[in-house]
Amino acid sequence: MTNLIAITRKEAKAYFSTPSAYIVGAMFLVLTGVFFVFDVSTPFAEAGVRGLSDWASFFIVFLAPLITMKLLAEEQKLGTLELLLTSPVREWEVVLGKYLASLLMLLAIQSVTLYYVFMIYFFGNPDTGPVISAYLGLVLHGAAALAIGMLGSSLSGNQIVSAVVATAILLIFSFINRVSSLVDGAVAEFINALSMNARLSDFSRGVIDLSHVVYFLSIVAIFLFLSIRSLETRRWR
Amino acid sequence: MIDAIDITKYYGDFPAVTGLNFSVEQGEILGFLGPNGAGKSTTMKILTGFIPPSSGTAKIAGYDIVEQSLLARRHIGYLPETVPLYEDMEISDYLSFMGQIRGMSSSQLKKRIDEVVELCRLEEYRNTIIGKLSKGYRQRVGISQAILHEPDVLVLDEPTIGIDPIQVVETRQLIKNLGEEHTLILSSHILPEVSMICDRVIIIHEGQIVAVDDPSNLGTNLSGIERVEIEVKGPNREIVPVLEEIDGVQSIERIPVTGGAYHRYHITVDIGRDLRHDLAKMVVASGWELLKLQSLGMSLEEIFLRLTIEEEELPSPPGEAS
Repeated sequence: MTNLIAITRKEAKAYFSTPSAYIVGAMFLVLTGVFFVFDVSTPFAEAGVRGLSDWASFFIVFLAPLITMKLLAEEQKLGTLELLLTSPVREWEVVLGKYLASLLMLLAIQSVTLYYVFMIYFFGNPDTGPVISAYLGLVLHGAAALAIGMLGSSLSGNQIVSAVVATAILLIFSFINRVSSLVDGAVAEFINALSMNARLSDFSRGVIDLSHVVYFLSIVAIFLFLSIRSLETRRWR
Repeated sequence: MIDAIDITKYYGDFPAVTGLNFSVEQGEILGFLGPNGAGKSTTMKILTGFIPPSSGTAKIAGYDIVEQSLLARRHIGYLPETVPLYEDMEISDYLSFMGQIRGMSSSQLKKRIDEVVELCRLEEYRNTIIGKLSKGYRQRVGISQAILHEPDVLVLDEPTIGIDPIQVVETRQLIKNLGEEHTLILSSHILPEVSMICDRVIIIHEGQIVAVDDPSNLGTNLSGIERVEIEVKGPNREIVPVLEEIDGVQSIERIPVTGGAYHRYHITVDIGRDLRHDLAKMVVASGWELLKLQSLGMSLEEIFLRLTIEEEELPSPPGEAS
């Protein structure tokens, strides 16, 4: 446990003390901000965060891999992984510790978007339920995206490769529901069940479906498990 | 303290090390000597539990490095050859992180970081970002993280590679001092370094141990590898072929002499054979004058070369053809 805390703390400190995370975060906030303004500038705009959360989760597909790409890739490239793994530390402590740090970073970035929510409350009268569910969806989606990013980072010593692989996996999970119209029956249902977007739209409509929550948490668990495995097998290559 | 039991490691089909057996006693400094690609680093990585052996195992402080990896790793301080460090951390932060993941309490750490920083002479740089340090200082940071948790076993892979000569001297002294408290295993391809620091030397070549001895013995008896200096008065054209005929002579190198109507040769003979008697008899029997016959000790450097270079690759001495 102390190992886990030590690793999380070190990585969190690295995030908050280096410019790259701020640049990525600023980029995310600019993009979501622009689309938020478009969204609320339409005539008869709804006082809600639906548009905001849809765009935010779209951009997280590209943001999350940028946050996670260095976590394991850099360790492999610099060789520091060798010192880390010859210390009395378990692989899962390394992966989970780093993951938690990236989650902290993402939550910090996402929490800045609460400013837009404040604006909506200031100028309008939104329904609070959907706001909460939309943010729950955002956090869950972000958590899942970071876990996928983690796997990407474990696969290569090259940060770019890590980010590209993770983004590709995330895009598949996001848009796979578009394919379901081409097939039918159980296959279509299965494809729809895999899709993140179908579930996210429920959250932004104000629906908190337990199966959706379980889905995102399962993605987190599965991809963290795969990352740990990937790290373990590095020793055997 | 360290027991390597039949360690074999294949990378794909390529055998990096095969059947390594050795042990290191408590408080001993063992040198691991070999040319590049001999399997030194691979052995170090296996001993520290970073990569598993294909077969065989090692015990560190009594714990099996494969079966009880976590326990074994608690007793190891390791400096990999490339000195991997987190570039954007300050030295003190870095050391405190490395201490934490090795289970040190914060009060222990506070005291120990002060000691280690002083020992490795990093006081002025405590709050410097590691990425800004020169190679020599990075090396010191690497050593300080290795000894931070006062491990029983220290594994240093090429600890003096790539740093300037003054720092090399300092680093060697530091390592020697460390050897008084730790069991230490160090790899190097520099012979004098090993003979200076180590109690015992293992010479490794193509993944196999070719010699084990203490550095002074390596110079004399291990070898049996000997060279003989001989000075003969007589026709060079005849002398060389005749001496080459003697059983046990490997090669003859003619050493130019200025003035004097004699020829000087360095004769390399088979391992473990003293041919001085045969040489003397042959010279006399051929009717030449024997002026000098002396056994030349071999420097560690030469033994190293002899042991690790394949026979057919031995450069032919220039005097041989003349």
